[in-house]
Formats: sequence, structure tokens, C-alpha cells
Amino acid sequence: MLQSFGKYLLFMQSLFIRKESARILFGRTVDEAILIGINSIFIVAIVSTFIGAVTCVQVSYNLNNAFIPRSTIGFMVREMTILELAPTITSIVLAGKVGSSIAGGLGTMQITEQVDALEVMGINSASYLVLPKVVAAILVFPMLVILAMFLSILGGYLAGTLSGELTPQEYITGIRDGFIPYNITFALIKSVVFAFLISSISSFRGYYTSGGALEVGAASTSAVTSSVIAILIGDFVLAYILL
Amino acid sequence: MIEIHNIHKAFNGKKVLDGVSGVFETGKTNLLLGASGTGKSVLLKCIVGLIKPDLGSVTFDGTYFTNNKLDIRQEIRRKIGMLFQGSALFDSMTVEQNVEFPLKMLTDMTKEERKERVDFCLKRVGLEGANKKMPSEISGGMKKRVGIARAIAPHCTYLFCDEPNSGLDPQTALKIDELIKEITEEYNITTIIVTHDMNSVIEIGDKIFFLYEGKKLWEGTRDDIMDTDIKELNDFIFANRLMRDAKKVEEEEREEEEERRYNGQLASQGKEKAPSEESVETEKEPHPDNPEGPAATTQTGNDKV
Ligand SMILES: Nc1ncnc2c1ncn2[C@@H]1O[C@H](COP(=O)(O)OP(=O)(O)OP(=O)(O)O)[C@@H](O)[C@H]1O
Ligand SMILES: [Mg+2]
Repeated sequence: MLQSFGKYLLFMQSLFIRKESARILFGRTVDEAILIGINSIFIVAIVSTFIGAVTCVQVSYNLNNAFIPRSTIGFMVREMTILELAPTITSIVLAGKVGSSIAGGLGTMQITEQVDALEVMGINSASYLVLPKVVAAILVFPMLVILAMFLSILGGYLAGTLSGELTPQEYITGIRDGFIPYNITFALIKSVVFAFLISSISSFRGYYTSGGALEVGAASTSAVTSSVIAILIGDFVLAYILL
Repeated sequence: MIEIHNIHKAFNGKKVLDGVSGVFETGKTNLLLGASGTGKSVLLKCIVGLIKPDLGSVTFDGTYFTNNKLDIRQEIRRKIGMLFQGSALFDSMTVEQNVEFPLKMLTDMTKEERKERVDFCLKRVGLEGANKKMPSEISGGMKKRVGIARAIAPHCTYLFCDEPNSGLDPQTALKIDELIKEITEEYNITTIIVTHDMNSVIEIGDKIFFLYEGKKLWEGTRDDIMDTDIKELNDFIFANRLMRDAKKVEEEEREEEEERRYNGQLASQGKEKAPSEESVETEKEPHPDNPEGPAATTQTGNDKV
């Protein structure tokens, strides 16, 4: 465990020595960003809409006290999704989607000697392959999280108003009630940290694959597991430090 | 000229290379010959630095490589073209992009120059028109040829080919061999080819190094190879010469066997209506209608018990 953490640190360091030219890395980063964005936007949209809807329904189920205004439901949906559910659940979903594809892709490149082919050309394969993925994830994740926040609030709105639990006016009042802009900043900080954790851990797992197709599968699985654990620990640490 | 000296390599305590030395001359096709699993690919990877040897050194035209500074190794590597045993094409790129890749990374050619060079290299390996195909859409032999095109595209000084013609038909194999030899002589580069094909040896082997269980047992020219008195090498040559005939015989045998099995299946299909439970029940007395079939299964069943 400690050993592989040390190896991970060395791996991260190797991304920054003998880098390729900025022009090449920039092009690769744009490609990776498009890939990550397009591949995950659909799942992120679905998950976050439903999370908002479910949160709304459950909160309203728990709040049937006549003395509490119905707009509180909107308030609670906003607090829960922006602060925790949108960034964290989105990241966990992305750990599955992006993490496994990063690890699988790099693992396959490793066992089919494509990584060796890069190295023989005198290219720093780790930097060439991994750095753009990490940077792309850091750029794209916050956008996905913003989308997730928006859609989960929309999901809550639809679930709340269509089921007649509260009126649109009440929901909107609740959403606006006591809004703290820092919460959004905090969520975006989380998304950047999670993006780094997912992309770097998955790259690490994939890059050090050896053997055959079986090991590539194992690398994908362990990439997702390790990323999810790292997200949860990171979530706790960030909440502790920043809130 | 590439010199290797006393290369040792072991994996998890298992010796793969055991003190290999040699000189690979410029402008010549140097062959590493040996049976499967003798460490040819490992030696090649030690030379280009993909595997770090436990002991020993590699020198490229007088420049020490193995444990030298990163920049110097990088410098040398940019002059290396390599074809991998499994082709190692980048599977997210088209054939054309694969060949263009080293040009993009290692040279400052313009787009038009690159395009021209890519077309030239693809033509050279007989793959005009495959430009836009993905690696997953072309055959194994075509992948090999794309791999060669990618290796020679940036005008390398050192060319390494790991079994360039395995898995190709004899005609294409010959073409590839000749191509490599031509390129070697034309550009006066140092070429090392891993092979276990005696045809290649006869056709293009300027200098041959015979590896056996991690050791270099013999080196010499193709003219000398037929009259050595090294038993392992003679066995290897003999086996190779016989290989094709043996393969043919084996294939015929396999086909015959399959045909026999197939016919057997056809014959037994008629009797298939006798399920296995029945054969257990009728253990003592064979079925009167069909005394042969179930009785046979019963007997084997009894044997097991
Ligand atoms: N990365 C590795 N880890 C452990 N063992 C290895 C590794 N690479 C190669 N070996 C072992 O080294 C030995 C030689 O392998 P190598 O690939 O060099 O054979 P080869 O001569 O190229 O054979 P072939 O003609 O089949 O390609 C094999 O026994 C193999 O198991
Ligand atoms: Mg080999």
C-alpha cells in the first residue's frame, strides 16, 4: 500500500520531466477533453436529474409538519445537491466511466507494446499519454459538475411540482433562500480535486499493467475502486478543511 | 555500428540472457536467430533500452547508451526505428496517422512534406490505398508492413525489426525481407532483425548471430552457416528445413482427423435419441432394440465405478 503510494508519487513526478512541446500537449489535451466530455455528459445528466428528483421527493416526505413552509423543500434540495450530491456523486459516476476507460486504454497500450513504441521514439510516454488526460479532466469535471447542479435542481423542481408537493413559486423561493455563493466555489474545488484523483490514479493503474487482457480488466477494476476510495477520503478531508 | 558487451538479464531469478556480446555493423542486415523463447526479443529490448539489462553495455556508434544521461539516450533513441513483434500500431490512429506520427513528433517537416513521406513509405511497403484504414480493420501482415513504414518514415539510423515476416505468406515475407535489406544498403543504416526463419537467413543474412538459451553460440555469414559443427545450430537449421513439410503433414493429419470426427458425429446422430438416463437404467440388460449403442456407454460407465 505504502509502496504503491510511493510509486504513484514517482509516477506523477515523471509526468513533468522531459515533457513534449506545449503545442503537442495542448492538442492532445483538447482531444482528451472532448472525449471525456462527450462520453460522460449523458450519464451525468441522467444521474443528476434523478438525484435531484429523488432528493425532492424524500425531503417532502420527511417534511409534513404544517409549521414548516413548503419552500424549505427547495432549500434543502439546493443545499444537498450543490454541496454534496452533485460534485461527489458525479465524481463517483465519472470514476466508473472515465477512470475505467483511462485505465483500460493505457493498459491495452502497455500490453500491446504501444507504450514501448512511444518510448523507442524518444517520447516520454507517461507525460505524453497521461498529462493531457489529467489536465483535460481538471478542465472538464467542473463543467460537468455545474451541469449536474443545474440539472439536479431542475430534477427537484420537476418532481416537486409535477407531483403537486409544492408550487413552482414555493420551490423557487426555497432555492433562493439564504444562498451562500461559497458553496458553489467549494463544490468546484471538490470537482477539481476529484478530477485530479480519478485521472491520475486511473492512469497510474493502467500505465503499470503488465501481462495480458486479464490484467487490463483487473487494472480497470482497481482503478475504479481506488478512485472511489480516494474520492470519499478527499471529500471528508476537504469538508473538514474548507467548511 | 552497434556494440553490445556481456549483456545479462534475468526475470524473477530466471536467466534469460547470459552474457551476450557482439558487433552489429553499419550497412548490413544483422540477424538474431534462435528458437522461440531464447531471449531474442528481450535482447532487442535491452539494446534499445526498453528493458534495463542487469549487467553489460550497449554502444551506438561509439556513444555509450545503457546507463548514460537521459538526454544522450533520448538523442540516440530519436534515430531508432523499431518494428515490434506484435506491430504495436497506435490503435486510435489510422494507418496514415501511425506512419505520420514519428514525423510529427521528431522532425519539423511541414504538413505537405509529411504527407508526401507517408505516401512514399506506404507505397514502399505495398500499402497504397490503405491510408484511411484503422489498425483493427487490416490484417496481421498488413499491420507488420505499416509497422515497418512507421519505423522507416523518419529516416532512422538504426533499424530494429522483431520478426518482420512471421505470419506472412512466403511471397510477402520475401518482399519484406528484401525491402529491409534495400533500405539498409540504400541509407547505410545499422539493421538488426530478429527471426527464426531460415529463408530470411539465406536471402538477407549478412551477419548472423545464433542465440541458444540466452547465450550467443555462433556468429558468422550465411555462407558459413550450413557447415558449422555446432549441434544446436544444426538441429535448428534441420528443423527449419523440415518445418514446412512437417507442417503440411500435420495439417493433413488434422484435417483427416476432423473429417473422421465429423463423419463419426453424423453416424452417431442417428442414435442420439438414446438419452443417458436410459443408459443408466438399462445397466443390467441391454435395450433389446438397440443392443450395441447403450451397452457401449454402460460399459464405460461401469469401468469408471
Ligand atoms: N517482462 C518479462 N517478465 C518476465 N519474463 C519475461 C519478460 N519478457 C520475457 N520474459 C521471458 O524471457 C524469455 C525470452 O523471451 P523472448 O520474448 O525474448 O523470447 P523470443 O526469443 O523473442 O521468442 P519468440 O521467438 O517466441 O518471440 C521467455 O521465457 C519469457 O518468458
Ligand atoms: Mg520475440
